[in-house]
Amino acid sequence: MIHNRIDMQKQNYAIGVLSFPGSNCDQDMINTLRDLFSARVDLIWHRDSIQVKYDLLIVPGGFSYGDYLRAGAIARFARAMNSLQEHAKRGGAIIGICNGFQILCEVDLLPGALIRNQSLKHICKDVILHAPTRNAFTKELDLSRTYRIPVSHSDGNYRIEADGLKALQDDDQIVFRYAQNPNGSVDDIAGITDKNNRILGMMPHPERAANSMVGNLDGKLLLESFLI
Amino acid sequence: MYLARVFVQLKESVLDPQGQAVTRALQDLGNSEVEDIRIGKYIEVRLQAENELQAREKVEHYCVSLLANPVIEKYRFELEESGQ
Repeated sequence: MIHNRIDMQKQNYAIGVLSFPGSNCDQDMINTLRDLFSARVDLIWHRDSIQVKYDLLIVPGGFSYGDYLRAGAIARFARAMNSLQEHAKRGGAIIGICNGFQILCEVDLLPGALIRNQSLKHICKDVILHAPTRNAFTKELDLSRTYRIPVSHSDGNYRIEADGLKALQDDDQIVFRYAQNPNGSVDDIAGITDKNNRILGMMPHPERAANSMVGNLDGKLLLESFLI
Repeated sequence: MYLARVFVQLKESVLDPQGQAVTRALQDLGNSEVEDIRIGKYIEVRLQAENELQAREKVEHYCVSLLANPVIEKYRFELEESGQ
């Protein structure tokens, strides 16, 4: 892939990508980030505590610990997750994609939970996303257009109680909505942020649509907006 | 030694797509009297504890911290003393 890598505005911008037994999007994410950005990108094994002060931590997609008990439930006891919690307390940025979104909900860094798709089927296809609000993660996006991003999940059905949903809506925490809801998520939710706009969780995979070889660069636009 | 039988189930307010699918399947098999099915998990935990109260507190802690996700699930458990 030939293009100019984007210089990060901040010198020495460093990104850590966590990896659990069963993670399968960690290398895609790392390769995509290294391809696109002039940032330091490290892989962090789940058993290691995190020594570097990263600007951004990413919890990638996959099936950590075989999705045993509930998707994302067991990851919280990993040493790297303790470090991630400290990173969150310091106000550090975190992005969880797919299984990463499930994990961030399980550890209460994001509200709600993800349950089995309404259809009971694993859904693997492109979906069309709206970005309804302007915030830290959508600042570079054109909110008047849609973005085509792949999803691949069995448990992407976002659930939250009515008052929690109202808080997400009132505080502009819904970052992405499906144009056509594939999995039964309440309010067509595909991605949310925490109250402070520092933590993003989303089911679709922008890292799978960020290379011209796959014929879709919408994910690149999303990642640029998240990182720049 | 105590044996805890833990039952975890989606809350009533949370959609249970598996339960819906199995309801339909049983109805399709001719069991038109079936009205609703909710599917859950059954977990057996064997643990050492000094007395029943302590065992109860420990299992309660297991449920809240890992076995159930209180955002979407409810749980209950039965406790019995079992052999060493």
